[in-house]
Amino acid sequence: MKEEAPFLKVTSLTKQFGGVRAVDTVSFDLKKGEILGVIGPNGSGKTTLVNLITGFVKPDAGKVFYQGRDITGMMPHRIADLGIARAFQMVKPFYQLPAFKNLIIPLFSPRVKRLTGGKYGDRDAIAIDLLEEVGFERDSFVPFKMASVLPHGYLKRMELALCMALRPELIILDELFSGLSMAEVASMLPIIEKLMSENLTIIMIEHRLRELFRISNRVMVLNYGKKIAEGPPKEVMESEEVKKAYLGSEAE
Amino acid sequence: MFQGTLIYGFVNSVTLALIALGFNLTFGISGVANFAYGALYILAAYTAWILLTWLKINYFLSIVLAVIFTSFIGGLIYRFILLRVRGMPISEVIASFGIGLAILEFFRFLGFVGSEYTLPVFIDGSVSLGGTYIDVQRLLIVGIGIALVIFLWLFTHYTKTGLAFRGMAQEERTALILGINSDKMATLSLAFGSGLAGVAAITILPLGQVAIEGGYSALLNALAVCIVGGLGSTVGVLVAAVLIGFAQTFTATYIGSHWMMIVSLVAILVILIFKPSGLFGKQKELEERI
Amino acid sequence: MEHRKERIDRGIKARTEDIYALFSYREMLYLLVPRVIPILVLFLVTLLVGVYWQKVLISTAVFALLALSWDLLTAAGMVSLGQALFFGVGAYITGILNHYFNLSPLFTIPIATVGGGVVCTLLLLPVLRLRGIYFAMVTLALPLMLVRIIEATKIFGGTEGLSGLAGLPSTRFELYLSLIAVLAVLFFFRRLINTDYGLVLRGIRDNDRSVMRSGINIYWFKAQALFMASAVGAFAGALMTHVYMFVGMPVFEMDYSILPIASAVVGGMGTFAGPMLGAFILVPLSEALRGVGGLRIVIYGLFLVIFTVALPEGIFHYFQRKYHQFERWVKVEK
Repeated sequence: MKEEAPFLKVTSLTKQFGGVRAVDTVSFDLKKGEILGVIGPNGSGKTTLVNLITGFVKPDAGKVFYQGRDITGMMPHRIADLGIARAFQMVKPFYQLPAFKNLIIPLFSPRVKRLTGGKYGDRDAIAIDLLEEVGFERDSFVPFKMASVLPHGYLKRMELALCMALRPELIILDELFSGLSMAEVASMLPIIEKLMSENLTIIMIEHRLRELFRISNRVMVLNYGKKIAEGPPKEVMESEEVKKAYLGSEAE
Repeated sequence: MFQGTLIYGFVNSVTLALIALGFNLTFGISGVANFAYGALYILAAYTAWILLTWLKINYFLSIVLAVIFTSFIGGLIYRFILLRVRGMPISEVIASFGIGLAILEFFRFLGFVGSEYTLPVFIDGSVSLGGTYIDVQRLLIVGIGIALVIFLWLFTHYTKTGLAFRGMAQEERTALILGINSDKMATLSLAFGSGLAGVAAITILPLGQVAIEGGYSALLNALAVCIVGGLGSTVGVLVAAVLIGFAQTFTATYIGSHWMMIVSLVAILVILIFKPSGLFGKQKELEERI
Repeated sequence: MEHRKERIDRGIKARTEDIYALFSYREMLYLLVPRVIPILVLFLVTLLVGVYWQKVLISTAVFALLALSWDLLTAAGMVSLGQALFFGVGAYITGILNHYFNLSPLFTIPIATVGGGVVCTLLLLPVLRLRGIYFAMVTLALPLMLVRIIEATKIFGGTEGLSGLAGLPSTRFELYLSLIAVLAVLFFFRRLINTDYGLVLRGIRDNDRSVMRSGINIYWFKAQALFMASAVGAFAGALMTHVYMFVGMPVFEMDYSILPIASAVVGGMGTFAGPMLGAFILVPLSEALRGVGGLRIVIYGLFLVIFTVALPEGIFHYFQRKYHQFERWVKVEK
């Protein structure tokens, strides 16, 4: 046993779709409690990277180690069971159910059962508490509304709550802030900061650079599936290559 | 014997391709899995039979009328029924299956069962191909099959409607932006697919008799070929037709004709288990491990 | 227009679909009536009708079972176009056990129920990852394939089938057994789908990726749903085999696939009571239409089309909505 294996270790992960290398030999490490930001232009392979780590897509090459354990090619539910929760970029809740009933599904999972020793009490109550935590106003009955009538902002919050319900150790947020207004983002940031204070490890994929740079310890930049830069937010911002990738030829 | 099996296998492959082309075209363009396809196939044959036998219309005129009629019915089915459940695949399947069922069983109810329901061949006679006798109709099937594939290729590459079809198939929303009326194109695609079913029926069915069961097995064969080839892919249809066609003929020759239909069904199962998107399919969501 | 119609939900309904606030016996009665009255009526009907219609009621119950099984599968996101598979497998297991091993119905029916469930689940296990029409196509192909295999290999009596099987004590016994089975399955499924377990099943239908990232093995849950559904279907097949005292290739016929779907579509999917109601409308109706012979299936087909297009929610949903609402005319304020 090596001492202090990295919390998450990704080595030269590669996935090809047709002729396109969606993710091309990407490697990175993650320490426990770290917040890693992932940025890159559209189509640079960010979501595919998440899919590869969480097992939704099988990599062509490369490995993923989680807490020293090889999780490459495991089924998504096994990976989730180990404590990696992910939020989808495209929210698609269970529309026919009230919001709080949506959370029953992660609360019903074997992982939660194991962690609570089977004594979770009333799942409905836990679900409503969780939703309140992410900003569903219980007093105005928002948690009881059908998911189909909730506005986008609430659905995004629910997506976060769905991750939290799993009691994960690593959360991967795929463009959680996309489509939200400034005010909504501002109201969601404290929730994420609270998660950080609980020593959760977070990978954030984001287009909102300002918010991302504020909370993340480290930023990784992808372009055409390749990692082109990695480091503290400030350094990455100033890197020539990143400017070129984002601004194209205008930067000369 | 072996050489004969090869030749008949090839003819069978072209037959399957003919049957599957229409189904595939409709699915590729509008995304509708037209489960009424088998019924339309038989509808064309019975229409031709009625025109020929009852109304005593000239042979070529009646087959042309039958094909036109079938494609008209196909268009109507889309315009007035399937359009209302567009985008709900399960409802589309159930509704089109219901239509097919109604058409086929209606013919059964009218008493269209028996051996007198046959269509005449185009040209009678047979020729010898290196020692194997083969009737001219079978050669015609091959000819028409190849001609249709070439026609479809030219149609989708050089006519405005054909290009609009391809646009729809690739990206419906973008096609809408470019001024392609997707409802109209989908209606046309169904009419076109049904017309192809009619052509297939009129070319293939003179070899045997027209029977209700033929409709069900045509649907199954079309499904098998399209699933194995990858739904919506024309190259896939051709390759799968060859694979299944030869497999069927060899099975029929060396194991027994009872097993012929089982080949298609097994092909559906095997491909769905091992490669759900088919040999040439591009359904990305099926690549995902879920 | 001076007046307009106003529709209001009755106060008994709380904010969500399945939470009620009951304050009086009157309100409890209001909920009990639609549940108890149909059962009583059904029981009365069994006492009044003759042997012929008793037989019809038995086959109605059998189709109702298949429709319930279809609805459970659909609730878990698996659309089946081949209920005949479950029915046929159950029927053949029963026939084989009775014909070759001389087991009495007391044993054949339970064994066929469980065994049929296991066999069908194993058959469909490799395609559990398929969704939508892909899964539907497999279920469409499987019963047809089994028929052809039996035809080609001539096993289990081949095209002749197995006849002279043991019967059940009496028609009345068959009738009550089948009706009790329907009610039991209905009650069980309706309960099940509203538990947290059922919620997971419904979640799989709506968004299986989301269920998976919640650390739940959807294949395991789908397999369980499949087992329950196919066991119910196999029970129906086993029962019918002993009623007819015969099993043969017709058990894989289209009727057993189409009618349950038609029942569910007509009655209203997703409620279990709806498909059962649909079966109780369609099967006696088709019996009454026996005079028109082959037109029966045409009518099913048209029912399928009309209901999927015009009333996709089905009869049951419609009446349920109406029952929980009251309408009144109110003055339009200018």
